[in-house]
Amino acid sequence: MRRGEIVGINGNMVVAEFSDYVVQNEVAYIVHGEERLKGEVIRVRGNRAELQVYEDTKGLMVREKVEFTDELLSVELGPGLLGQIFDGLQNPLPQLAKECGFFLKRGVYIEALPDKVKWEFTPSAKKGDRVKSGSKLGSVKEGIFDHWIMVPFGLSGDLEVESIVAKGKYDLKYVISKLKDEQGRIHEAMMQQIWPVKIPITAYNERLKPEKTIVTKIRIIDTLMPVALGGTYCVPGPFGSGKTVLQQLISKHAEVDIVIVAACGERAGEVVETLRTFPELVDPKTSRPLMERTVIICNTSSMPVAARESSVYTAVTIAEYYRQMGLNVLLLADSTSRWAQAMREMSGRLEEIPGEEAFPAYLETRIASFYERAGLVRLRDESTASVTIGGTVSPAGGNFEEPVTQATLKVVGAFHGLSRDRSNARKYPAIDPLESWSKYKSFIDENEIKKAHDILKKGHEVEQMMKVVGEEGTSLEDFIVYLKAEFVDAVYLQQNAFDEVDAATIEERQKYVFNVIYKILDRELSFDSKDTARRFFQGLRQNFIEWNSIEWKTDAFTRKEKDIEKAVSERINRAKDI
Amino acid sequence: MQKIYNRIIQISGNVVTVEAKDIGYRDLAEISSKKGKSLAQVIRIDGEHIYLQVFAGSQGVSTGDKVRFLGHAMRVSFSENLLGRIFNGAGLPRDNGPRLEENMIEIGGPPVNPAKRIIPDKMVRTGIPMIDVFNSLVESQKLPIFSVPGEPYNEVLARIAMQAEVDLIILGGMGLKYDDYLFFRDTLDKHGSLSRSIFFVHTASDPTVECLLVPDISLAVAEEFALKGKRVLVLLTDMTNFCDALKEISITMEQIPSNRGYPGDLYSQLAARYEKAVDFDTAGSITTLAVTTMPGDDVTHPVPDNTGYITEGQFYLRNKSIEPFGSLSRLKQQVNGKTRKDHRTIMDRMIQLFADYRSTLEKQAMGFHMSEWDKKLLQYGKMFEEKMMNLSMNIPLEKALDLGWQIMADNFEPVETGIKTDLIKEFWPKK
Repeated sequence: MRRGEIVGINGNMVVAEFSDYVVQNEVAYIVHGEERLKGEVIRVRGNRAELQVYEDTKGLMVREKVEFTDELLSVELGPGLLGQIFDGLQNPLPQLAKECGFFLKRGVYIEALPDKVKWEFTPSAKKGDRVKSGSKLGSVKEGIFDHWIMVPFGLSGDLEVESIVAKGKYDLKYVISKLKDEQGRIHEAMMQQIWPVKIPITAYNERLKPEKTIVTKIRIIDTLMPVALGGTYCVPGPFGSGKTVLQQLISKHAEVDIVIVAACGERAGEVVETLRTFPELVDPKTSRPLMERTVIICNTSSMPVAARESSVYTAVTIAEYYRQMGLNVLLLADSTSRWAQAMREMSGRLEEIPGEEAFPAYLETRIASFYERAGLVRLRDESTASVTIGGTVSPAGGNFEEPVTQATLKVVGAFHGLSRDRSNARKYPAIDPLESWSKYKSFIDENEIKKAHDILKKGHEVEQMMKVVGEEGTSLEDFIVYLKAEFVDAVYLQQNAFDEVDAATIEERQKYVFNVIYKILDRELSFDSKDTARRFFQGLRQNFIEWNSIEWKTDAFTRKEKDIEKAVSERINRAKDI
Repeated sequence: MQKIYNRIIQISGNVVTVEAKDIGYRDLAEISSKKGKSLAQVIRIDGEHIYLQVFAGSQGVSTGDKVRFLGHAMRVSFSENLLGRIFNGAGLPRDNGPRLEENMIEIGGPPVNPAKRIIPDKMVRTGIPMIDVFNSLVESQKLPIFSVPGEPYNEVLARIAMQAEVDLIILGGMGLKYDDYLFFRDTLDKHGSLSRSIFFVHTASDPTVECLLVPDISLAVAEEFALKGKRVLVLLTDMTNFCDALKEISITMEQIPSNRGYPGDLYSQLAARYEKAVDFDTAGSITTLAVTTMPGDDVTHPVPDNTGYITEGQFYLRNKSIEPFGSLSRLKQQVNGKTRKDHRTIMDRMIQLFADYRSTLEKQAMGFHMSEWDKKLLQYGKMFEEKMMNLSMNIPLEKALDLGWQIMADNFEPVETGIKTDLIKEFWPKK
């Protein structure tokens, strides 16, 4: 084994002198008494390697030994990932808790997937089959999913199945198949694969353009600024504007197969909520606990910074792995700003020349290459699968002009900008309907959306104007537009996350309710005064909000709809009289 | 074995560099100079150059002074004897009591495993309607009070401390004015709370570096008590001073500043402290209330900005009351569903109506005609400010909710409030 010796320590950066050679980005361990602390080589200068250490460096000394491993930072892939809670280096946190108690003891690493557990493997390929990297060899049952065991992603060219085991129980490291490449060399395949986190898994035929909308059951998103399967979106917002609540709602309700939650440098309390409630919440689609479709990567703000940097890569690698099996995966990264800050901290310690706000010059390319790992792909068996990435951004001072937000906006397909004004007024989700945009298509008719959007825009203009000329200086016609805009906002764009029914609206209901609202928006309503108009809309809003919390397709739902229809048609009849 | 060195080769700011061997990162050292002895901590190692941050400041340190390395990181004594005592930032007595040296524990320990945390669900009642009704405080919450210098933030802190149901209080004072320190001591003493309190106080006239130790030392002690099953309330005032001390050191160390001179790791530094707030699943809890003064009333200043991203909400103190907008308790939803069924509705609707009142005020200020609705809002808003926002109110939550209904009934028709019919039926005050 190649060794080195510590010659300098500055925060979580350790400088080691080596005599042989080192590999950029290889993993190295610092030997400190009984403890072995993991680190990664991030720069080499002369015979000195600079390591970012994934642990607290308290107590380390000059002349302590460093062992280089020749391996890039990697994750273990295989059955057993679902339902797990890992830290940024893929240590399972519940097992760590069992071993070390309340606190995260440094230098304790536990295997991500237990080697000893045996899985029932059913082969689908047979001897003599022509395969490629990523082709299916067989499957095991992981919860509700068929977890496909695939030809190792790192192999290239055409291969031939030389041998494959019979149906039976095997552990993760058992060789289940031997594959012969074009040169006649034999490669072994196990149920477990090790993959370096910073390299995308590309064992598929081609990448496709994202088309189909993900139903998140958040009305403002699905209707006005949808996200496509295989697409990317970002959610920037100042603190307190509800980024994390929004991400949590989406992780609960989104219609995808698997959700990977990357809690990156944010509050531990928020992850706790996810990891304590998900095992109890039932996914309506599968009637199984939500946890069975979820993987949590959790590197919260007080955990070591360098591991925070790697946590988003760990998460996206696991997402890509499940995509290889033909599943639709949603990765929620909260927050990408903390990840960028981790890069900034390290860059500062390396004394690199800083870019804007001291972020490193390579910030933009790193962000772009992260989001580029999303995508809809055609797999080896011609089926399609996707990874969708949604990242929150926490801009300093809530100012979207800062480097991380700007770099992110360049590469994502949808922008859900949260506004402090809306959250102050308790209008949740606080996505600004006028600022935000999406390049993907909604399941609601484009022209109708445009109409609604126009009314929102016009309503906003009238509101701004009213601030200057007052209500009396506003024409009744404009005032009605303003009331209509307020109405759509209150009953459709806003959603009560704490109301069991209103929290999630299925596609069918969204289409139905939007249609009712659209008719009201489209109608010429006339009133004799602004006060009657206001009162009418207040009453309508009340009815709608109550309607929103009535279960879909029940008698009560129909009754309420009748009430609404009656109120509206009365107004139209009266309009005719005048 | 303790080693003594006397080759100080550089003194810059409060950082001195000494040549030494076999020193652990972040170990403590003791520097003996003409001025007396001071502790110092290793903050960087470069070969045999050891960079030490001197707690008492480098004033009067000479290049020939002796540096003795203690072979361990910063520690503090932990026992029941701490109760009722007052210490400085380095953990030395500020009262006339004895020095405590038994059962030393290291400060700045490892983070809690998220898998061992539980969802907090115990409300801390304070008797202040703006907190209890609109932004309930929850055990294990970390919450800053954002304030302009000059607002009575320390008074609010002291009042919450006295009224909150907790087992013990730890006060971490950073750059505290001497008067404020005396105020805390005397107020808690008067209410008989001093015997369940521990003070770690760094006053404005003490050396800057000691300020950096206050949060760690306070939280290390809090953590030990919490592990023993106590519910601890930690009060930190003022965290902006802590951040300024961080800034000073990082500039001295020639680190590249990120924003207005603050170091790039400000967020991580703050998070490491705030995240100590915890509810242990089989033991006690730590709740943290911290004051963050906002220079120039600017919430986008790096200190309140980074703080806001870490803490579970914030209280804005403005014009001697807790501002309804911007103030937020992120954990309130964990508790306010279990108090009374009208709690959430009152909370949401009253604030929405108050927002309407604020925009009407703007219209009024510009001299526009006030509609009937505007007039109602004006009257409502005034009543809300007088009755609900008054910080000297001390009433239980249920009374405060009743007051909310009364204020709405005094000003509006039920339908104008947008509250669901069933709640109106049950709670709307009968005339």
